[in-house]
Amino acid sequence: MADTSFDVLIIGSGPGGYVTAIRAAQLGFKTAIVERDYLGGICLNWGCIPTKALLRSAEIYHYMQHAKDYGLKADNVSYDAAEIVKRSRGVSKRLNDGVGFLMKKNKVSVIWGEASIYAPGKVTVKASKSDAPKGALGAGSYQAKHIIIATGARPRVLPGLEPDKKLVWTYFEAMVPPAIPKSLLVVGSGAIGIEFASFFRNFGSDVTVVEVLRQILPVEDQEIQAFARKSFEKQGIKILTNAKVTKLDKQADSVTATIEQDGKSQKITAERVISAVGVVGNIENLGLEKLGVETERGCVVVDGFNKTNVSGIYAIGDVSGPPMLAHKAEHEGVVCIEAIKGLHPHAMNKLMIPGCTYCTPQIASVGLTEQACKDKKLDIRVGKFPFVGNGKAIALGEDQGLVKVIFDKKTGQLLGAHMVGAEVTELIQGYVVAMNLETTEEELMHTIFPHPTLSEMMKEAVLDAYGRVLNM
Amino acid sequence: MPTNILMPALSPTMEKGNLARWFKKEGDKIKSGDVIAEIETDKATMEYEAVDEGTLAKIVVPEGTQDVAVNAVIAVMAAEGEDVKAASVAQKPAATISAPRPAASPPPSAPQAGGGKESVAPATVKPSPLGGEGGAAKAAPGGGAIARPESSNRIFSSPLARRLAKEAGVDLSRVSGSGPHGRVIARDIEDAKSGKGLRGPTGAPASAATPGAAPQPSMSDKQILGLYEEGSYESVLHDGMRRTIAQRLTAAVQSMPTFYLTIDCDIGKLSAAREEINASAPKDKDGKPAYKLSVNDFVIKAMALALQRIPEANVSWTEAAMLKHKHSDIGVAVALPFGLITPIVRNAETKSLSTISNEMKDLAARAKGKKLKPNEYQGGSSSVSNLGMYGIKDFTAVINPPQSSILAVGTGEERAVVRNGVIVPATTMSVTLSCDHRAIDGALGAELITAFKRLIENPVMMVV
Repeated sequence: MADTSFDVLIIGSGPGGYVTAIRAAQLGFKTAIVERDYLGGICLNWGCIPTKALLRSAEIYHYMQHAKDYGLKADNVSYDAAEIVKRSRGVSKRLNDGVGFLMKKNKVSVIWGEASIYAPGKVTVKASKSDAPKGALGAGSYQAKHIIIATGARPRVLPGLEPDKKLVWTYFEAMVPPAIPKSLLVVGSGAIGIEFASFFRNFGSDVTVVEVLRQILPVEDQEIQAFARKSFEKQGIKILTNAKVTKLDKQADSVTATIEQDGKSQKITAERVISAVGVVGNIENLGLEKLGVETERGCVVVDGFNKTNVSGIYAIGDVSGPPMLAHKAEHEGVVCIEAIKGLHPHAMNKLMIPGCTYCTPQIASVGLTEQACKDKKLDIRVGKFPFVGNGKAIALGEDQGLVKVIFDKKTGQLLGAHMVGAEVTELIQGYVVAMNLETTEEELMHTIFPHPTLSEMMKEAVLDAYGRVLNM
Repeated sequence: MPTNILMPALSPTMEKGNLARWFKKEGDKIKSGDVIAEIETDKATMEYEAVDEGTLAKIVVPEGTQDVAVNAVIAVMAAEGEDVKAASVAQKPAATISAPRPAASPPPSAPQAGGGKESVAPATVKPSPLGGEGGAAKAAPGGGAIARPESSNRIFSSPLARRLAKEAGVDLSRVSGSGPHGRVIARDIEDAKSGKGLRGPTGAPASAATPGAAPQPSMSDKQILGLYEEGSYESVLHDGMRRTIAQRLTAAVQSMPTFYLTIDCDIGKLSAAREEINASAPKDKDGKPAYKLSVNDFVIKAMALALQRIPEANVSWTEAAMLKHKHSDIGVAVALPFGLITPIVRNAETKSLSTISNEMKDLAARAKGKKLKPNEYQGGSSSVSNLGMYGIKDFTAVINPPQSSILAVGTGEERAVVRNGVIVPATTMSVTLSCDHRAIDGALGAELITAFKRLIENPVMMVV
C-alpha cells in the first residue's frame, strides 16, 4: 500500500514548491509534493523559462537583421513562428522532465491531483484532468505535520477585458501564437506585458502598450523606465500611459479598444489583445475558508517565516503575496522549511529581491528606487554610468543603457541599484551579493572588476556616486 | 596518529556546554556517522556524530560534566591499526580539562579566551540535530571546515556593521552576531543600540583581582525597560568610559571588603598659608602668576607624604603577595561631562606644591580632551576625590582597583568647634578614607588618616 503519511506536504510544484521539497528532503523530512497540471508550475511551463526561449529567438532575429552593423551578410532573413514556439515548448519540456528527475533523486513523493486541506495536517487529493507522470501517487487522503501552500498565481481578469483565448490573450495564448499578429494591443506594462510587447515588436507587430499608471514598469526607478520607454518608442512601440481601456469591441479577427487618456477617448484596432494586468493568488478550493486561514487581497497572509495564522499551515511564493517572482518563492520556501526544522534562518528581506525584465533593452534592479528613498526621507548619494562610456558595450554594439546606484549618504549602505541595457539581468546579482554582504561603497570601490566587461560600469557608477568616476 | 575529539560548538555563539551522555565506551569501534555522545546547551540537545573511523581510546571528559568549554578535548580516538592503549597515553591531551569542576574558569586552552566570538568547529566530529536524519548536518553551514589560528581574535562582521558600530560607539566584540557563522551584521548593531544581544565586556581592562565570574546584573535590560513606559525616556548608548566605570567600580565593590574612617581637619593654617603662597607667586609679563595652589593640591601632597610615613598602608593587594609601593602615586578624580577619570600624579611625595598644582592642571585639561595616555591614569597607590566645591560635607568614595584606599574630601567650612571648653569657629574639612581591608586593617587605616590630618592641619610640615 502506498504511503500516505508525511512530515511535509507541499501543494504546488512551481519553483517555490519544488525547491522547498528538495530542501525539505535534504533536511531529512519525509516529503510529498502535490501537482495538478505540470511539474515546475507556471515558471517552467508557461512563464519565465519559455518566454526566455521566445525572447532569445527574437534577439537572434534582431541581430540577423542588423548583421550589416557587424560586417556580416545575411540576406532574406525570415522566421517561422511555429518553429519558434516549438523550440520554446521543447525548452519547457526539458526542464519539466528535470523537475521529475529531481523529485525522484531526492525521494520526494509526487502526488498527482488537486489538493484541499480538510483539517490541519490532513489533505484530500482529487484526481485532476491532466495525466499523471509515471510513479506518481494518486487521489486519496494524505496526512502531513506541515502543509506548505505553494499554489502560485494566475492572470488577473478585469471586467470587460476577459480573455477568450482567441482574440484576447493571456500569457498562456501569447506564448504559443499560431502566427505573429500584424497588430497587438498590450494592456498592462509590468514585466509580462513589456516582454511580450518587445517580443512581438521584434517580429514586426504593430504594438501598442496601455498602462493605467503614469509610468511603464511601475516598480522600476523612474529614470530607468524613462530610458527604457524612449528606447521602446524608438523601436516603434506605441506607449500610452495614464490610459485605460474602457471597452473592447470584438470583430471576426480583430478587436477595437476604446481607450481613455487624459480625459480624451480614442479607438485602436488590433488583431489581438494581450491582457497583462497582473496576477492573483490561487487561494481557492484549498479549504482555507473552512480552516480559517487568513487571506487578504487574493493572497494568504503569512509572517516572516511564512507561517499562516493556522498552526501547521504555511504559504510561500505568489500565493503569499508580492513580489510575485520565482526567486522570491524559492527563497521563501527555503526559509520556511529551515524555520520548521529549527535552524533559525533570517526572515527574507524583501528589499534584497532583484527584479529582471527581459525586454530589449533589458531591465534589472534591486532595492529602493530613488523616489522610494525620497519618500522615506533618506539622505542619499546617487551614482550613474551610461553604456556609452564602457568599452565592452561599444564593442558589442550595445552602447545604449544606464547603471544607477543609490547609497545612504551617512553609512555608505547600498540602498538600491537600477540598470537598463544589454545583459543587465546577468549583472544585477553583483549588487545583490554586495547588499547581502552589507558592503559599503568602500568595498565596491576596492573590488577589481575585470576588463573589458560590462560589469566595469557597476564600479564606475559607484565611483560616480562619490565624485570619482573615471571614464566619463 | 591518534586524534583528539573536541567539544563541538553547536551554535556560533556557544562557548561551553554539558556533556550529557557518552554512547560509546573506551575501546569501542567507531564508524563515521556513529552517534558518540549527546551534548547539551541551555538552548538545545544535540547528538554528536563521528566523522572519522577508529577506536575510542580514551574518554577525557566523563558524562554528566557541566560547562565544558568549546574545543576542549573530550576524548581521544585511535585510528585503525593503532595501539589503542598507546594512543590513550601518548595523546595526553594538551588541554585536559579538570573534569567535573563546578563552573570553573575556562580551561587555558580555550582558544577564544581573549574574547573572540566565533567558535572553531572541531575537526573530527560534527554535531547533528537530535533526531534529524543526518542530511542537515552535512548541508549545515560550517560543518567542521573552519580552521582558524587559535590566537585569532578577529571578529567577523560586515563592512556596514563595522561602520554603524563605529558611528554608534558600539564595541563590536560585545555584539552577538546573528549572520552566517556568527558574523555581526547591520541589524545586530541596531539591536545592540537598544542593548539587545550585548554581551559582557570581553578583553576589557583587567577587572583587578576578580577571579570569579564577571558581575551579573541583577535585572536584564529587558526587565528594566519593562518597568518604564516607552517614550518616557531617552536611551543613550554607553560609551567606553561609562562601561569601564561601571565594570571597574562594580568589581571593586564586589571584590573588596571596604571600611571607612572619617575625621575632621582644621584647615585654618592651610587656608592662610595658601593665600600667602598664592599672593607671592611670581608673575610673568602678562601678569599671570606662575602658580595658583588649590586646597586640593595640598590634599594631594599631604596624602602622598602620609603614605610615605605609614608605608604599610602604601600597598596593593594581589592574590599572591602584598605590593608595597615605594612611591606615592596619587590618583585624582577629575569629573568629565559624561564620566570621570583619575589621572595620576606620580611620585607626589617628591614634588613641590607648585609642581603638583601645575601638573594637575595639565592632567585635568587633557583628561577633559580625552587625551590622556593609559600610563597617565593606570596604577597608583591611592586616590583623592574632592567634592568640596559642591558643598558636600562628607561622603565615601569607591576604591579604584588596584589601589587599596581613596580619600573622599568634603568642603572646608566654618564650623563651631569646642576647644578647651569654649566654642570657637574653625575652618573645618571632613575627610573619609575608604580602605581595602584585605590590604589595610582598621588601625593601619587610622594611622594613615591621622598622618594625613597632621600634615593638612600643619602644612609647614609638608616642607620638611
